[in-house]
Amino acid sequence: MRKFVKSWLGVAVASGALAAGASGAVAQQKEVVFGLQCDRTGPTALVGTVLCPGYHDYIDLVNSKGGVDGYKIKVIEVDNEYKVPPAMEAHERFKKEGEVIEGVYGTPQTLALTKKLEEDKIPGTSPGFGNAAAADGKRFPYVFPIAASYWSQAGAAIEFVKEKLGGNLKGKKIAYLFYDNPAGKEPLPILNELAKEEGFELRTFAVPAPGIEMGAQILDITSRYKPDFVVAHLFGRSPSVSIKELKGKGYPLSKVVSFVWGSAEPDIIAAGGYAVAQGYNTLQFAGVGKDFPVLKDIVAMYKAEGKSPPKEMDSTVYYNRGVMTAAVHVEALRNALKATGGKKPTGEDLRKGLEHIKDFTLGGLVPPLTITPTDHEGGGWCSVWTVKGDKLVKTKDWYQGFRKVVEKQIAADAKS
Amino acid sequence: MTMFHREAGVFKTTYAADMALFPLPVARWTVAALAVLFVAIVPLALGEYYLSILNLIFIAVVGALGLNILVGYTGQISIGHGAFMSVGAYTAANLAVKLGLPFWITLPAGGLMAALIGVLVGIPSLRIKGLYLAIATLAGQLIIEWTINHVPAISGGAQASIQVPRPHLLGLTLDSQSRLYFFLLFFAVLAIVATLNLVRSRIGRAFVAVRDQDIAAEIIGINIFRYKLLSFAISSFYAGVCGVLYTYYFGIANYEQFQLIVSIDYLAMIIIGGLGSVLGSIFGAIFVTLLPIVLRLLLESVGSLFFDESDLANVISGTRLAVFGALIIFFLIVEPEGLNRLWRNIRSYFRVWPFSY
Repeated sequence: MRKFVKSWLGVAVASGALAAGASGAVAQQKEVVFGLQCDRTGPTALVGTVLCPGYHDYIDLVNSKGGVDGYKIKVIEVDNEYKVPPAMEAHERFKKEGEVIEGVYGTPQTLALTKKLEEDKIPGTSPGFGNAAAADGKRFPYVFPIAASYWSQAGAAIEFVKEKLGGNLKGKKIAYLFYDNPAGKEPLPILNELAKEEGFELRTFAVPAPGIEMGAQILDITSRYKPDFVVAHLFGRSPSVSIKELKGKGYPLSKVVSFVWGSAEPDIIAAGGYAVAQGYNTLQFAGVGKDFPVLKDIVAMYKAEGKSPPKEMDSTVYYNRGVMTAAVHVEALRNALKATGGKKPTGEDLRKGLEHIKDFTLGGLVPPLTITPTDHEGGGWCSVWTVKGDKLVKTKDWYQGFRKVVEKQIAADAKS
Repeated sequence: MTMFHREAGVFKTTYAADMALFPLPVARWTVAALAVLFVAIVPLALGEYYLSILNLIFIAVVGALGLNILVGYTGQISIGHGAFMSVGAYTAANLAVKLGLPFWITLPAGGLMAALIGVLVGIPSLRIKGLYLAIATLAGQLIIEWTINHVPAISGGAQASIQVPRPHLLGLTLDSQSRLYFFLLFFAVLAIVATLNLVRSRIGRAFVAVRDQDIAAEIIGINIFRYKLLSFAISSFYAGVCGVLYTYYFGIANYEQFQLIVSIDYLAMIIIGGLGSVLGSIFGAIFVTLLPIVLRLLLESVGSLFFDESDLANVISGTRLAVFGALIIFFLIVEPEGLNRLWRNIRSYFRVWPFSY
C-alpha cells in the first residue's frame, strides 16, 4: 500500500510546483499578447517545427527594436498536436491571457474555431489552410486566410500551366493528383470551371491517406493518361513520394506544379535531393531563400546576442512563412495602434488593423498584400519557384491566377 | 470523500434497499456535495478557460462511458468509435441545418443513427472475437470516414464540414463556455446515471456474462445475438451523442475531428481508467484530457530554468509527449486494472487506517 501513497505524494508535489509557477507571472510594462497555435508533434510536425521558430524570431526582432509604439509583444505558443479539442483549449488559454490576435494552425482546427473567434471578437489567421470561402470577410469577419487559398492556388497553377504550354490550353490534358481529404478536394470546383472555360481535359487522381502509397495512380498518369501537365496537391510525406515516383517513371518534373504544402526543401530532400527533383515547380505564398532584408536583420539580431542563427532558417520555405505570419500580425497591431492613438488595442481593433493592411511587401518576402473588409485573403497572390541546381529559383513573380473565376466561386459559395 | 464510507451498522431489509444506486447514506451525501460543487461552486469560481477544459472532459466522459459498455462490460473491442461519433455529428448537423431542428431532437437522432450504424459494424462480433473483431471494426471506421468524405449529401460539400448554429435553451443562446458548461454537464451526468443503472440491470449483467464466457452465457439462457448487438447499439448511441456534443461545442461537424486517432484516444481512456467500471471511464476521460494540459503548464513554468527560451517550445512539445506515454506505462504497471482500481485500493487502505493490521 505504501507505494500508492508515494505515487500520490508525487502528484501533490507536482501540482504544488504548478501553482508556484503560475503565480510567478506578473504583468509588467506595456504589452500585448499574441496567441500562436503550432504543430510540433503531430502529423505535420515537419512544418510546425520550422514555421513557428520563424514566427518567434520575427516577434523577437520587433521587440529588440523596442516593440510597436512602446508595446512589447508577448507570444504564447501552444502545440495543438493537429487535434481539435486541444486547439479549443489553446484558444481559451490565449483568451484568458488577453490575446488580441491568434495564429491558428490546421484546417480542421480553423474550421472548429471559426465560430468561437467570431464570438470572442478575436481575429485568427490561417495562411494556406482552413476554408477557402473564408476569403469573404463579410461572411467570416474574424477569419483571415491572409495568403492564397486552395482556390487561388488552383487558379494560379492553371495560369502557370497555360503559360508553360504556350498560352493555349485547348485540347490539352491535365492530371490533378491530390490527397483524398477535404483540403485535397477543395480546389475541384475551380479546376472544373477552368477546364470548361479554357477547354482542357481534367482527370483527377486521388491518393488515399496516409499518402505514401501512390504507385497505381502514378502508373496510371504516366503510362495510360500521359497528361501534358500534372498539378499536385499533397501533404506531409506524400509530396516527396510523388516526386520520386514520377521521376522513377520517367515523367519530366518540369511538367509538374505543386500546391504550397508540397513545395518546401524537406519535400525535395526526402525525395532524394535536389538532383532528383530538378525542374520541379512549386507554388509559394511567401518568398523563398535568404535574400530578404528582414532575414538579414534576424541574423544580425542573433549575432548581436552572440549566438549563431538557428538552423531552422536554412529551411527557408516554412521559416519564411512563419516570418510572414508574424509580420502580418505586427502590421495589424501597428495599424490598430494608429487607430486607437496608442491606447491598448482589443481584438476588434486588430481585426480592423488587418483590414487596413495595404501593399505590405516586407521587402519582397510577402506578396503585395492588401487586405480589405471584403477580401480577407489579401488578393490570393502566388509565385512559382523551380528546383534548379541546388536551390529553388523564382520562375514567376507574384501574380493572381484567374482571379475572376476565384471571386465568382467565393460569391457562389456565399449563396449556397 | 468516499474513503470515509462506513458499512458498519447499515442493514438492508428489503430488496429495494439492496439494489439502491447508493446503498450507503454517506454516498448519498457525497453525491449531494458533488452536485453542489459542480452546479453552484465550480461555474462561479472558475473562469472561462478552466470551464473550457471541464467542458472537454464532460464530452469525453460521455464517449468513454459508451466505449466502456462495449469493451469493458461486454468484452467486444471496437476501433470504430471515432467514426460512430462522426455519424452522430453529421446526422445532427444535417437535421439542425436542413430542417432547423433544435438540439433536443437532433441529439437523440444523432445517437440513434450512430446506434444503427454501430449495430451494422457490430455484426461481425457474432462470429469473431478479439483481434479479428478489432480489425473488422477498424474497417468500419475507414468505411465510414470514406463515405462521409465522398457523399456530399451527408458531408455538405467538398469541405465535408457543416456549420451548426448554437443550441438554444429557454431563450438563451449557449455560446459562452459557462453556458455550454451546464449544457454539457447535464448530458455527462445523464450518461453517468444511465450507465450506472444499465450495468446493474438485467441487460448489464447479461453483458458481463457474455464478456466472461459467452458459451456459458448462452447455456444459461442469454441470447448472445441480441445482447452483443444491443451492446454495440447502446455503446454507439453514446458515441453518437458524444459526436453531437462535440458538434454543438465547436459549432461545426467535420469528420476530420473523428479520425482513427480519436478511436484510439478513447480506448486509451478506458484502459487507463479501468475497463468495466463507470468511475474508471470518468477517471480515464479526466486523465487523458487533463494530463497534456497540466504537463504543459508545469513545463512552461519550470522549463525556463533548464532550457534556452528558443528551444523551450520544442522541449515542451517533445517532453510532454514522452512524459505522457511514460505516465501511462507507469500507471498501468502500478495497477494494470486502471485508475479506478488504484482509487479503490487507496480507499480500502484508508478505510481501516491507521489500524491496518
